[in-house]
Amino acid sequence: MIESQLKMIGLYQIKNQLTSFFIEVGEISLFTKRFFVEVVKRPFEMKEFLRQCYQMGNRSLLLVGITGFIIGLVLTLQTRPTLMEFGAVSWMPSMVSISIVREVGPIITALVCAGRIGSGIGAELGSMRVTEQIDAMEVSGTNPFKYLVVTRVLAITLMLPLLVLFGDAIALFGSYLVENIKGNVSFMLYFNKVFDALEFGDIIPATIKTFFFGLAIGVVGCFKGFNCSKGTEGVGKAANTAVVLSSLLLFVIDFIAVFVTDIFYDL
Amino acid sequence: MISPSDISTDNIVLEIRDLRKSFGDNHVLNGFNMKLYQGENLVIMGKSGSGKSVMIKCLVGLMEADSGFIRVMNNDITTLDQKALDILRADIGFLFQGSALYDSMTVRENLEFPLRRHTKKFNKDIDTETLVNEALDSVGLLSAIDLMPAELSGGMKRRIALARTLILQPKIILYDEPTSGLDPITAKEIILLMQEIQDKYGTSSLIITHDVDCARVISDRMILLIDGIDYAEGTYAELSSSDDPKIRAFFKH
Repeated sequence: MIESQLKMIGLYQIKNQLTSFFIEVGEISLFTKRFFVEVVKRPFEMKEFLRQCYQMGNRSLLLVGITGFIIGLVLTLQTRPTLMEFGAVSWMPSMVSISIVREVGPIITALVCAGRIGSGIGAELGSMRVTEQIDAMEVSGTNPFKYLVVTRVLAITLMLPLLVLFGDAIALFGSYLVENIKGNVSFMLYFNKVFDALEFGDIIPATIKTFFFGLAIGVVGCFKGFNCSKGTEGVGKAANTAVVLSSLLLFVIDFIAVFVTDIFYDL
Repeated sequence: MISPSDISTDNIVLEIRDLRKSFGDNHVLNGFNMKLYQGENLVIMGKSGSGKSVMIKCLVGLMEADSGFIRVMNNDITTLDQKALDILRADIGFLFQGSALYDSMTVRENLEFPLRRHTKKFNKDIDTETLVNEALDSVGLLSAIDLMPAELSGGMKRRIALARTLILQPKIILYDEPTSGLDPITAKEIILLMQEIQDKYGTSSLIITHDVDCARVISDRMILLIDGIDYAEGTYAELSSSDDPKIRAFFKH
């Protein structure tokens, strides 16, 4: 009776969506818990971990570098006219460095990595699931969770902060180029102003949150791929939802990180 | 191959009793029973979706049965811990339906992979290289050692998967639809290869198939899996001459 009334007012679908949402949240939480349990257990798959670090870190450098460079250029070009209007163009290095290091660099780099690495993990593990490669691994006496999931999640968790630092540096270099061309500012002057403006309070929280960004991208990608449903459609869906969900999660983590940091600033 | 007279209850290597498995309201296995004897080729035939693959996955602990008893070489699979199960798995080879070669690894790495966890099984003097070469040689594909799976044909993939199964020198080999997706000539080659391996290594084989030709050539004994139970059991000749319409449906061409 109640169900038919819910159907009539369209709430039935919302109820189902909410139920499946909370089930998925529960499953991802259990998956994350399993990661923390397995990561400290022997055997450690060091060779595969290093291979994943190379795949995720080294092979993302170009993409992160180009994105960072363009962000630095655009941010400076867009802000310059407004600062000039107020005669505050000398504040450009400080403004750009704080916005890049605190917020723009980490979130843009993480989003780029969610697209490149998160979807890659989802598709790779999904394809391994549907072609029974994960079953074959288990039958051969290897724990596929340790070999495939732990190595990938750990690699992206450790590589993302390094990629963010690299992306930030390139973005600041891009900003310097604009300032050098338009304002004839020297390299030394620009970066002296950058480092004067930056404090540990800007760098440390921003770096800590990137570990969580990496963890989120790795866990979601691996969860979607590892639990992929049968068929090629399932692989596509795993890759797609890995990107969507991890991107959404990045903003949630970012909000929490900024909120927590703000509390510490107030103390 | 062994004749039915060679079979004795003492040399059972694998036994299933009253195996049940359901997925929601879909009752796939409803009390399935079977025994596999040392050196025997047992074929289990059933229609698509009849629960053959589910049964074989329960056998190696890839899937948990709802109830029932599974004994592999005197070990109750349902009560083994993970470590003991992994050790036991070194004695069970599994040829997957789609070959399941690791895409990101070369043929050599695919064959070396199962050896990582089971080095204790072999004499220290035997190196990995020798084992890989021997396994590849036994399927006639030594030349493919440095190729990637994407560079292999369907038949070659199945042979390499068989070599990967053999590398741990298992006592039992489980074949999940070994000829599915292959052309008749390649399928015949795979069947002959399975026979050669059985003769050479004296393994016991459990073959899941719906390929009647494969069953005719390779089976010592057959079980028909119908409605989730072991509906009929016998040699190929006995079952193919049965009057039961459900059994006859399998042997119509």
